[in-house]
Amino acid sequence: MYSFEPNEEQQMLVDAVGKYATNDLRPAAHDAEEGHELPKKLISKGWELGFLQASTPEAYGGFGERSAVTGALAVEEMAFGDLAGALAVLTPSLFATPILLGGSEEQKQQYLPAIVGGDWAPYTAALMEMSFDFDPNALKTTAKADGGSYVLNGEKIFVPFAKAAEAMIVYANLNGVTQGFIVDKNAAGLSISDEREKIMGLNALPMYRLKLENVTASRLGGASGHDFGLILSAMRIASASAALGVAKSSFEYAKNYAKERDAFGVKIAQKQAIAFMLAEMATEIEAMRLLTWEAAWKLDNNKEDSCVSAYLAQTGSADMAMMVTDRGVQIYGGHGYIRENPVELLMRNGRGFAMLLGLAIV
Amino acid sequence: MTIDFETPKPIAQMQTMLQSVAENMMRTTSREFDENEHGIPWDYIEFMHTAMKAAGGGGGLTPTDEKPKEGAEKRASIGYQKLAAQIEMLSWGDVGYYLITPGGGLGAAAVQAAGSPEQKAKFLARFNDDKPTFAAMCMTEAGAGSDTSAIRTRAVLDEATKEWVINGEKIFVTGGDKSFTEYEKLGKGFIVVWASIDPTAGRSGMRAFVVESGTQGVSIVKLEHKLGIRASDTAVISLVDARVPYENVLGSPTVEKTTTGFKGAMATFDATRPLVAASGLGVARAALEFLKEKLKENGVQIRYGLPRNKLTSIERDVIDMEIMLKSAWLMVLKAVWMADNKKPNALESSMSKVRAGDVTTKVTQKAVEILGPIGYSREFLLEKWFRDAKITDIYEGTGQINRLVVARQILGYTGAELR
Repeated sequence: MYSFEPNEEQQMLVDAVGKYATNDLRPAAHDAEEGHELPKKLISKGWELGFLQASTPEAYGGFGERSAVTGALAVEEMAFGDLAGALAVLTPSLFATPILLGGSEEQKQQYLPAIVGGDWAPYTAALMEMSFDFDPNALKTTAKADGGSYVLNGEKIFVPFAKAAEAMIVYANLNGVTQGFIVDKNAAGLSISDEREKIMGLNALPMYRLKLENVTASRLGGASGHDFGLILSAMRIASASAALGVAKSSFEYAKNYAKERDAFGVKIAQKQAIAFMLAEMATEIEAMRLLTWEAAWKLDNNKEDSCVSAYLAQTGSADMAMMVTDRGVQIYGGHGYIRENPVELLMRNGRGFAMLLGLAIV
Repeated sequence: MTIDFETPKPIAQMQTMLQSVAENMMRTTSREFDENEHGIPWDYIEFMHTAMKAAGGGGGLTPTDEKPKEGAEKRASIGYQKLAAQIEMLSWGDVGYYLITPGGGLGAAAVQAAGSPEQKAKFLARFNDDKPTFAAMCMTEAGAGSDTSAIRTRAVLDEATKEWVINGEKIFVTGGDKSFTEYEKLGKGFIVVWASIDPTAGRSGMRAFVVESGTQGVSIVKLEHKLGIRASDTAVISLVDARVPYENVLGSPTVEKTTTGFKGAMATFDATRPLVAASGLGVARAALEFLKEKLKENGVQIRYGLPRNKLTSIERDVIDMEIMLKSAWLMVLKAVWMADNKKPNALESSMSKVRAGDVTTKVTQKAVEILGPIGYSREFLLEKWFRDAKITDIYEGTGQINRLVVARQILGYTGAELR
């Protein structure tokens, strides 16, 4: 039966996250970006909303079941506030959710209760690598079986909070197939860059590079491994949802600005040239939101084509985010280009969805 | 309620049934009735009437209050959702044929949106009769397209006979011929004519009138030759002192200082825009499937999951087309789901139409481009779908007028504030 209405629980979560995004993340976004730092209190407050906790079963210290649809709703709301802040709050999921999805019983017991039951702590994951045609299904970082464990070699980029991380999942190529490996912070052969990554956007989010030289690690899911497609799809849906939040933020700013700004005796929103841009932005956002919801629903219901749907949702949302955030700047005109105004950051963050992956998971 | 994309069983069953109709009755003669523009595919019309009556579909493509049987709890109707899925599938077969599927069409939709319970009973029952029956909407005039307030057709009440006397000329009446001309094989149809009962009152003076087929003074002046949807007749209808019973006016017969008359028309559009969108998307799906089939025959695979910069140009195009098509269809579903759940959907309705207009034209145009001579040749139906598709962005409000509706909604502007 078709329905486009979140259930009561989802709505409560969306409302709570929405309030936090609007009242806490949004006002802090500009200073966090310029100062390259997110206040710790801000992250803790987001963590206490309990998104990951509500996605983890009681047996592992949580109080609910994971749902990609619920995740999509929550991530969009949070990214609406600020992308860097949202990704920071959700960083522990990068470690916990793959364990939930593909970890062995032992791994779940070992890690989840501590993460879910405690304060926000930097557990993270490393997926991306520095190549123009980065492909999560053809990683250059390698894993080789070595008795009961695995040995990793390679370099990873854009790893959130790696410097302080307790443990991380590193994705590597095991005989042509991508698999996740649990790497301890003290693992021999693991070096983490001193310098933070410098990228076009997301400057408030501390990200680092990794070098892995014969690092011993345990495989996610144990000897038999796990279905990386499932994890990848959950990453794609998170990316699409975050893109929606960023786009919605730019759209809202642009809409409000257009209704305030006078030109030729009217508000610029009263000119069709601007009004049509806004109409198309709203339409595009709604289109990609529904595509993302459907992909998430397919993932939750184990539909055959859920991986393709997640791929389409991510691809479409990345384009949408660029289109919408570009227009956000355009509607502000010269003011949009000035860093005092919020839309230029949204445009920088908007472009990232075309290449960033694995920075969020639902 | 929770977010759910599972196709309800009655809709899935209907889709399977209609797909076979599309393949066996529509596609087989699509070309013939595209080339023979004013011919009438009676086989299709009669088959559809019988089949849909037997299926209990309310005699053709009229929205019903059908409720799904599964589930003990009280559920909302899925009538509009089913209708959208029907229209999508029939248009996948042939959109020209879909437009001549017997039933109430836009005429009945106007009665449904603006009529009293008595009027609905009186005018809508006929679509369940033995013979296939049509109804059409007459809104557009030579000087009044999207700007419906410019309508010149006049209706004057003759106090002596209690009849409305209508004068004017309507163009672009889809199905006008089959709704008005008395064919032996058809039941008695009607046209719904929009006219002003008080030109000084602007839009608030606008009313819709049910004009029965064969009414004196009404005539089909011309059947248009078109770029596409050539199996569907598009009529010019003239009304000269046409007399219509007093009770055939939809809505209040007097002019208040409100815009209820016009709102009646707009309510019709809120209900029908996603259906027009659905129709366009059926054509787009046909084109995309044909494209993928031809690519496959030629050994071209679409490698989903690869990063964009590893894809070929054709792969990128096809993937973009799929994103456009799937998301546009979901927008249609949401708009009709809202209609079924009695949620105001003016915004979603127009959004779905904006998106479908864009998507349908882009997908069909790109498919022809990619397939080169195969796309351009009349040996295949793709070039026909390209021509058929264009109407989606024009009728039932152009893409531009729907952008205006969307913009007003999201900005909270009146028509005066955003012109």
